[in-house]
Amino acid sequence: MATRNILIVENLHHQFGKFKVLSGISLEVPEGRLTALIGPNGAGKTTFYNVISGKYVPTGGKVIFDGIDITGMPAYKIAPLGLMRSFQITNIFLKLSVLENVLVPLALHYGKTFSCLTSLGKEKSLAEKAMVILDQVGLKDRAFRPAFELPYGDKRLVEIAIALARRPKLVLLDEPTAGMNPEETERMILLIRNLSRESGTTFFLTEHDMKVVFSVAQYIFVLHQGELLAEGKPSEIRENKAVKEAYLGGALDA
Amino acid sequence: MGRNTSVKSQFISGVSIFGILALCPIFFPIYWTMILTEILIMGLFAMSFNLLFGYSGLLSFGQAGFFGLGAYATTISILHGVKSIWLAMLIGMAASAIGATLIGFLCVRRDEIFFAMLTLGFGMMIYTVAHNWRELTGGSDGLSLFMVPPIHFFGLEVSLEPPRAMYYFSLIIVAAAVYILWRVIRSPFGLMLMASRENKDRLYFVGANVKNIRLFAFVIAGVMAGLSGALFSLFNHMAAPSFVHWSFSARPVLMTILGGSEIFFGPACGAAIFFVLEQLVTSITENWMIVLGAILIPVVIFTPKGILGTVVSWFTDNKA
Amino acid sequence: MESFVVNLLNGLSWGMLLFLISVGLTTVFGVLGVLNFAHGSLFMLGAYLSMWVMHLVPSFWAGLVLGPVLVAVIGMVIEVFFLRPVYDRDVSYQLLLTFAILLVLDDAVRLIWGPGYHVVEAPQILAGVFPLFNHSYPVYRLFLVCIGPVIGGGLWFFFKFTRWGKLIRAAAMDREMAEGIGIRVPLLFTAVFGLGTWLAALGGALAAPHQSIGPSMGERVIIESFIVVVIGGLGSFPGAFIGAIVLGFLEAFGTVFAGRIQMALPYILLAVVLLIRPRGLFGEK
Repeated sequence: MATRNILIVENLHHQFGKFKVLSGISLEVPEGRLTALIGPNGAGKTTFYNVISGKYVPTGGKVIFDGIDITGMPAYKIAPLGLMRSFQITNIFLKLSVLENVLVPLALHYGKTFSCLTSLGKEKSLAEKAMVILDQVGLKDRAFRPAFELPYGDKRLVEIAIALARRPKLVLLDEPTAGMNPEETERMILLIRNLSRESGTTFFLTEHDMKVVFSVAQYIFVLHQGELLAEGKPSEIRENKAVKEAYLGGALDA
Repeated sequence: MGRNTSVKSQFISGVSIFGILALCPIFFPIYWTMILTEILIMGLFAMSFNLLFGYSGLLSFGQAGFFGLGAYATTISILHGVKSIWLAMLIGMAASAIGATLIGFLCVRRDEIFFAMLTLGFGMMIYTVAHNWRELTGGSDGLSLFMVPPIHFFGLEVSLEPPRAMYYFSLIIVAAAVYILWRVIRSPFGLMLMASRENKDRLYFVGANVKNIRLFAFVIAGVMAGLSGALFSLFNHMAAPSFVHWSFSARPVLMTILGGSEIFFGPACGAAIFFVLEQLVTSITENWMIVLGAILIPVVIFTPKGILGTVVSWFTDNKA
Repeated sequence: MESFVVNLLNGLSWGMLLFLISVGLTTVFGVLGVLNFAHGSLFMLGAYLSMWVMHLVPSFWAGLVLGPVLVAVIGMVIEVFFLRPVYDRDVSYQLLLTFAILLVLDDAVRLIWGPGYHVVEAPQILAGVFPLFNHSYPVYRLFLVCIGPVIGGGLWFFFKFTRWGKLIRAAAMDREMAEGIGIRVPLLFTAVFGLGTWLAALGGALAAPHQSIGPSMGERVIIESFIVVVIGGLGSFPGAFIGAIVLGFLEAFGTVFAGRIQMALPYILLAVVLLIRPRGLFGEK
């Protein structure tokens, strides 16, 4: 059975003023395959995510998600279609409790945004769903703690939980292990692997930590100076000459 | 933060405050009953402001505009023959709702200082109308209500002229409005507001139209400000341009800072501190503002949570 | 034609005063990040203190020089004791703190000098009128029109060519970097707040013979200079200049073409600019 492509990017261009950040990127992400986007600093990874998730309107090209053309759509319209993202810098609701952090996207998902006279405390089904997600990422026992009290690694997990709350079809993870210690990184890798296998959500992540990429990704795209340099299975990428050069040799052997 | 316990304790404290307030006029002289009426009305004004400031992170410096719309529309409709207080107040709230929708639509696009300046600008435009459209608003003198029509309910006719009647009328209206505000804050929409305060970009990326969320809050706050303005005009028997001036917009801001923006009843507590202090200070000196300023400076510097907020966190910290 | 020239001069003279005041406000915001609500009160204090010196010495020029310096000292005291603790707080708390300072200063002035109005005479040399068409126009207002560009030019020179001016601009751009290259930022902040205060107070001292001195004169000025710096772009010098001139003209010509809504014009301008160019005319993105 041929798998469906959940994300199709066609000839994507983006530039800030005269500075070209993305020039002609085309790629496809099949449903269920844990895909990674790598590239040296400044290759345009974050811009790529920002364009796809609706932060910027691309200067050229097309983004098709789940059969729908989402090019230039604002982020708040893309998310309900089932495309969520996480951020490189922890970007959560700090003064809210961990549970509430997850309740925000859930309430949006179930159309409760403007219900202003019902009690949130009585929305038992929302709370149950939130607890399931917190259980998945391993934060269930910290559900009632305010998010700002959590250690860094746990805040990153809240970040993931928010992205997962709406049961999206595709999640873009922007450097999920950025700034983590080895232990936390290990935990995050395991989590992503499990989620990818079990949750029915497709994950597409960027990383600069090569160890993480090769241990977790099933398929890799390499971005270099705004262009797609290579793509393939981890073993193919590892042997790719152009990729090695782009990383100034060495880095990949580590 | 133990939110679940605090819901119950807030509700209980709300009900007991209402009970105490209902008994006050029995023990208080008329003069203090009137001060208390003013505290109730301005407390509601400050709490409606705090829906924007404390819960949504939007500092509005133009709330007097909506307060004034409510006051003027109520007064004008009574002067033009509306016999029912309820209808007049509804007209006042409708005027504020329309004003808040139009102005909010433009203001919610901006943040922080820019939001504050925009609301200040629009508030002052309403002030200019109140001040200059003499035919309708009476210009700089404002409009006087010589007689407040009696209210009718269940066939009973009650005059609002005695201060105690006005007090109980205000208490019931304010309590109902505060209950609605409380429901709003506890609702999924209230969570959206706090999320937009904490991190509006992230909220946008999980699929929320942040502008609409803010606009809805702006309209609720505007209507509540209009309701307090309507009550205030009945209480004072007048609507004056000073109700609409930016310095009047500063009042709920000061009260909220005094009482604390993170506690639901903080702004109302601030209103109480404000008026009681005013009474005490003005009995000694005319220079009440210098005392107010001198109190506010250390409050802002040393207790960013406000007076009630600081007291409450003392207690909760000691319990923990 | 006549009334046009008169209005033009009126607009320019008020615009120049507004420029001085707004430059102070915008510099303080640019460097310290604080929008100072008490700026109008410091303007008023400038008028009162220079009046006090004028009567004490008695010389107009002594008042014009010493008054603003005294106010600048008061401003620096305020910065050290009250603003320093709140730099890392939310913008709204800074706004509120300066609002509390406004309350104290305004009432203090009322306490010391009373609620009534005072009049300050222009010095002999600037006191007269000169013929303008069939009218006579006060020389003092012409003096105001000229002094604005002089002080503006002086400030420009200061920021562009002097060591202190360059340091301030560096600190405004990047506080951490400024600390990194060894600038004593707290000291610099105090100095900048002093400079901003001095400019407001100088505006007040210059305004004294132009309008009567009263305890509510700061209130009008603070709102107008807020409008100037917001439409010009917070922290922008040329923005403050253009904004002040525009506001001065709106005031002078507004009554001619806008009649009763003249009062609302500055606010309409503010709203339109903020909605179209959120960072003001000269603001950075």
